[in-house]
Amino acid sequence: MSAWSVTEPSARSKGIAAVLVILYTVITLLPLVWIIATGFKTGPDSISYPPKVIFQPSLEGYVNLFTDRTRATPEQLAAMPPPENFVDEIVQRRGEVITQPSKFGERFLNSVIIGFGSTFLSIFLGTLAAYAFSRFRVPLKDDLLFFILSTRMMPPIAVAIPIFLMFRQLGLSDTHLGMILLYTGVNISLAVWLLKGFIDEIPREYEEAALIDGYTRLQAFRKVVLPQAATGIASTAIFCLIFAWNEYAFAFLLTSGTAQTAPPFIPTIFGVGGKDWPAVAAGATLFLLPVMIFTILLRKHLLRGITFGAVRK
Amino acid sequence: MAEIVIRNLRKEFGDFVAVKESSFTVGDGEFFMLLGPSGCGKTTTLRMIAGLELPTSGQILIDGEDVSQRPASQRDIAFVFQMFALYPHLNVRRNISYPLVSQGLPRAEVRAKVAEVARILGIESILDKPVGGLSGGDRQRVALGRAIVRSPKAFMMDEPLGALDAEFREHMSEELRALHDRMGATTVYVTHDQLEAMQMGDKIVVMNHGVVEQFGTPQEIYDHPATMFVADFIGSPPMNFLRFEGGFRPGDRSVSLGGTAVATPELREEAAGRKLALGVRPEHIAILDDGPYRGRIEAVEYLGTTQIVTLSTPHGTLKARTPSDRAARVGETVGLGFTASTLSLFDAGSGRAFRTAANAGVFHG
Repeated sequence: MSAWSVTEPSARSKGIAAVLVILYTVITLLPLVWIIATGFKTGPDSISYPPKVIFQPSLEGYVNLFTDRTRATPEQLAAMPPPENFVDEIVQRRGEVITQPSKFGERFLNSVIIGFGSTFLSIFLGTLAAYAFSRFRVPLKDDLLFFILSTRMMPPIAVAIPIFLMFRQLGLSDTHLGMILLYTGVNISLAVWLLKGFIDEIPREYEEAALIDGYTRLQAFRKVVLPQAATGIASTAIFCLIFAWNEYAFAFLLTSGTAQTAPPFIPTIFGVGGKDWPAVAAGATLFLLPVMIFTILLRKHLLRGITFGAVRK
Repeated sequence: MAEIVIRNLRKEFGDFVAVKESSFTVGDGEFFMLLGPSGCGKTTTLRMIAGLELPTSGQILIDGEDVSQRPASQRDIAFVFQMFALYPHLNVRRNISYPLVSQGLPRAEVRAKVAEVARILGIESILDKPVGGLSGGDRQRVALGRAIVRSPKAFMMDEPLGALDAEFREHMSEELRALHDRMGATTVYVTHDQLEAMQMGDKIVVMNHGVVEQFGTPQEIYDHPATMFVADFIGSPPMNFLRFEGGFRPGDRSVSLGGTAVATPELREEAAGRKLALGVRPEHIAILDDGPYRGRIEAVEYLGTTQIVTLSTPHGTLKARTPSDRAARVGETVGLGFTASTLSLFDAGSGRAFRTAANAGVFHG
């Protein structure tokens, strides 16, 4: 029953900590809330001044995001059958008709394929390379590791022109494979270095115990090292995905059609006449979701930390 | 169970030679100790027997079969690591059943064997617990369980008690020895603790700088050390050395220590004008009122029934273990008596023991 403890913070410092954390959370979440809110505003509401905090929610932005539309004359509108669903209703109320679905869905799918594809490849290659660097006598190990690190020493975009020319020569421009390889190339150095750190922390005795227990090196790697490295693999995967998902410059430069990802596409949906902020915000909102879901799914591994206690240090 | 024969085993790591041409034999069912200071090559030797390191040259025979270049998974040897190395993502039961699962045993059989091992080790109640929260002793038992569950040809143990508290070590070492006696399993056990080696081992190999210094029973090694290193490493306090120059001939039964003749076992070798060392265990020194060889008492440590008396002599400092009932006063000059049959004589240059009638049967090559 002591009033003061070295390890237990006092109620006041806990209170201050809570205020700081809440303040920080509000500041970082505000832009996010703003984008999500703008996605549900109508065009005029989105640019009204002063900004509207309370507004009548509308799905206009999402409808615009997923459709290409054209203006219709009142005669054309009058001749049309009554709207069958809320999408037609929203469009017709504004005196427009849908000409075709927009390319957003396709571009979004491209982002998913390229983002997750390159993340998987980076992690797959990175884990194997990191394991080898961590456990085996690799000739010129330090030089190789430095070489791998050196690929991060300049901004990737500095080599945009050579890469552009190489991609054109190799026929990789505007292909999924090209973008996956490119993002893997950028991410792999990060993956190798991060994962090597995590694997270095796993005592060799675990694998040796597995070898003794009758498993091959590969089985020991899969059954003992991989589960131990799950935390590291999860956090590395999140970093890789975030980079590949958000990348704009290379995507803008190297893709235009079939393999175009969402980041260079979203700015092109400003719409017919006037800036269509709700559609852009709707696109950005949807674009945020996969990374959020991925991070939440891997959260368990991130928070679990490295299991300790089975080996005494 | 199996006999393990080590022939001219050598291991190099780059320029560093960890083990130099070592040879010894672990008999079937023996509790065999690999003893030495850290960095002496004992763990490397153990890892080579287990297949975790491949030897640079030499042979390892298990039951007459050369396994030197085989991977660990094909040697059917169990290994208990110093840090236990229990798989942290598996619970106790799955840890113990892991080696059986790799052999593809049917589930029912795995369950039965795990249950039996758990009963032997008294860990039935923790079978379904994660290994993270276990106490040191329980972790040790789980590690042992994982080793014995598949009835391997031999057990390798790398300082398995090193991570335990002192008080628990004693208990665990008895448990280990009892387990060994019941199973009759060939066991190779690495330790740097000479007391542990003496208490538990049937045979001991003493290593230093990658070289086997001596190979024998605990009594042989204690009573008749083959080198000055062994003499100094074993025993607490260790063997005393009286350094002198001189010589002797085969058949001599004494050496001359600065003019005083000291009786020794019958000598079987010849030496002349050499730097020598007479080795005497502390308990083989008697403090006498008179006597030709004399020393001055420098310090006395009282230990209950015995006391350790530090003496200075013309040939170096001695520590004698004597009964406490004989009063010893610091500053007093006393006569010293040595039990002749227990003395060893070393070449102070090479550290090698000379052959005498006492140790003739002890040295293996």
